[in-house]
Amino acid sequence: MYKKSLSYPYLVWAAAFIIIPLLFIVYYGLTDRSGAFTLENLMAITTAEHSKALFLSLLLSLVSTAICLLLAYPLALILSNSKLGRSGFIIFLFILPMWMNFLLRTLAWVVLLDTNGVLDTLFKTLGLPRFKIINTPAAIVFGMVYDFLPFMILPIYNVISKIDINVINAARDLGANSFQTLYKVIFPLSLPGVISGITMVFVPSLTTFVISTLLGGGKILLIGNVIEQEFMKGTSWHVGSGLSLVLMLFIIISMVLSSKYDNGEGNVL
Amino acid sequence: MSNRLIDLQHITKIYDGHKVLDDLNLYFNENKFLTLLGPSGCGKTTTLRILGGFETPDEGRVIFNGEDITNLPPNKRTLNTVFQKYALFTHMNIAENIAFGLKISGKSKAYIDDKIKYALKLVNLDGYEKRMPDSLSGGQQQRIAIARAIVNEPKVLLLDEPLGALDLKLRQEMQYELIRMKNELGITFIYVTHDQEEALTMSDTIVVMNQGYIQQIGSPEDIYNEPTNAFVADFIGDSNIFPGTMVEDKVVKIFDTIFPCVDTGFGHNKPVDVVIRPEDVELGKPGKGTVDGVVSHQIFKGVHYEMEVTACGQEWLVQSTKMHPVGEHVSIFVDPFNIQIMNKPESEDEEAVVLDV
Repeated sequence: MYKKSLSYPYLVWAAAFIIIPLLFIVYYGLTDRSGAFTLENLMAITTAEHSKALFLSLLLSLVSTAICLLLAYPLALILSNSKLGRSGFIIFLFILPMWMNFLLRTLAWVVLLDTNGVLDTLFKTLGLPRFKIINTPAAIVFGMVYDFLPFMILPIYNVISKIDINVINAARDLGANSFQTLYKVIFPLSLPGVISGITMVFVPSLTTFVISTLLGGGKILLIGNVIEQEFMKGTSWHVGSGLSLVLMLFIIISMVLSSKYDNGEGNVL
Repeated sequence: MSNRLIDLQHITKIYDGHKVLDDLNLYFNENKFLTLLGPSGCGKTTTLRILGGFETPDEGRVIFNGEDITNLPPNKRTLNTVFQKYALFTHMNIAENIAFGLKISGKSKAYIDDKIKYALKLVNLDGYEKRMPDSLSGGQQQRIAIARAIVNEPKVLLLDEPLGALDLKLRQEMQYELIRMKNELGITFIYVTHDQEEALTMSDTIVVMNQGYIQQIGSPEDIYNEPTNAFVADFIGDSNIFPGTMVEDKVVKIFDTIFPCVDTGFGHNKPVDVVIRPEDVELGKPGKGTVDGVVSHQIFKGVHYEMEVTACGQEWLVQSTKMHPVGEHVSIFVDPFNIQIMNKPESEDEEAVVLDV
């Protein structure tokens, strides 16, 4: 088929920009400033501040992944069943924000949610009770859901719209009502897309520091923020790398769990 | 009247302003193998989908066992469908596929297990319970689709071109299988196909459809030997269809040549369509038949030779076990009994004869 040599540039790329940096992280993570082997950087996660950040990250990522799934699944289901949806226009609308800068989209939420921001002013004018969302975990979840929702919609929509209409008709024909058809046939067949979506929302949510910085007002530390500080504020590359390795472990665990259900058909991105 | 299982009354279905079915009237009897036959777009699949409940007719009623089921959803109907591309549930194994309908209707596990065994035996796939649909061949998947439908003991099995995706050999095998299954189950099969050979092989009754109208209803023999119009003659098997003139009773003129025939009652000098099956055209020595001609093409088809003979300025399709080489001068003779005379349709609409059967 294709010449093997065509893959060499990619192997060089992978070595230079994936393997070697990863080895650096592993090296920094497992050594102290003098270069001696240590597990202390990994154990740094057990300090109260760090483990709290990790726990909060896991919690917020899970919550926003769940919200994304709850929002995306019905939408994908409706779109794949309707003429409007099959034309791809609505899907296009939902994907459109991805064309805009990620930072800008998140900043927009700051303007919306801020004290004396757009929503706050609106509530005040209407005489409705005002509540403070900005700089709370809820605001971070808002941001994560808004930023990552397209990554949940796309794979689910792709898988559902590829289900043979006659398979659904067959379920109806064999006596299943709409609800039974959904949970016995459509949902199991769409699982690969659901798994892809979960992975693609959960992983970036878990590692984000931009969303938590902007919408958490620097008061709420996620594990991403902790790692960022270790590197950017010059505290310790070693501790930062160690924490990164721990975080990687959690991501690997989540990927392994997902891949158990994934037969590989739903990976669209 | 009493044994009418399904009665389609005045069914009209319109898609995007196009009438797919126009005032269709048709009934189905119990325990028959009935085939809806026609070219694509003739309305046969739409008819089947209306029976299965996947389409609602714009006009007309569907009566099943004396009850009006026109607006009943598919899951409330005691008919089951075998889909063209099998439509198996790929996330379930064979046993789970077959058990699907039974589980929904809340049957006991012992009953379901018995049914799965019975159904797999019926379709000659014993021991396949744990296999996944993807690991089966097309023919096997289609058998499973049939098994999945029949375990629910439907009164009627609807089959939508179920053999369309199979290769020729397998298709022929499955035709015999389907006849056997129908006889073992003792239920009505309603079969949709565009393949006239399939229809002729399996059916008790064939309904030939075109452009939303029923062209002819009859046994395979009737449809083949006595087509009611040029469309049916052309669609079922190969035919020579010539414009002719009915000079008087039992005499038809084709391109200025008089042929004796057996049809009467068409009147005098009336334009008609004349249908002659290629296997009914007999070739002989020049001057010994009704008209002389020259062989213009000749191919070997296995059981017979197929030749084209130019006579009366027209090409005659001839099938014979005796070979006549290209260029040979021959005579054409047709037994009067084998000449079918039919009225010319005056318009498209008249082709849609209202059939009262």
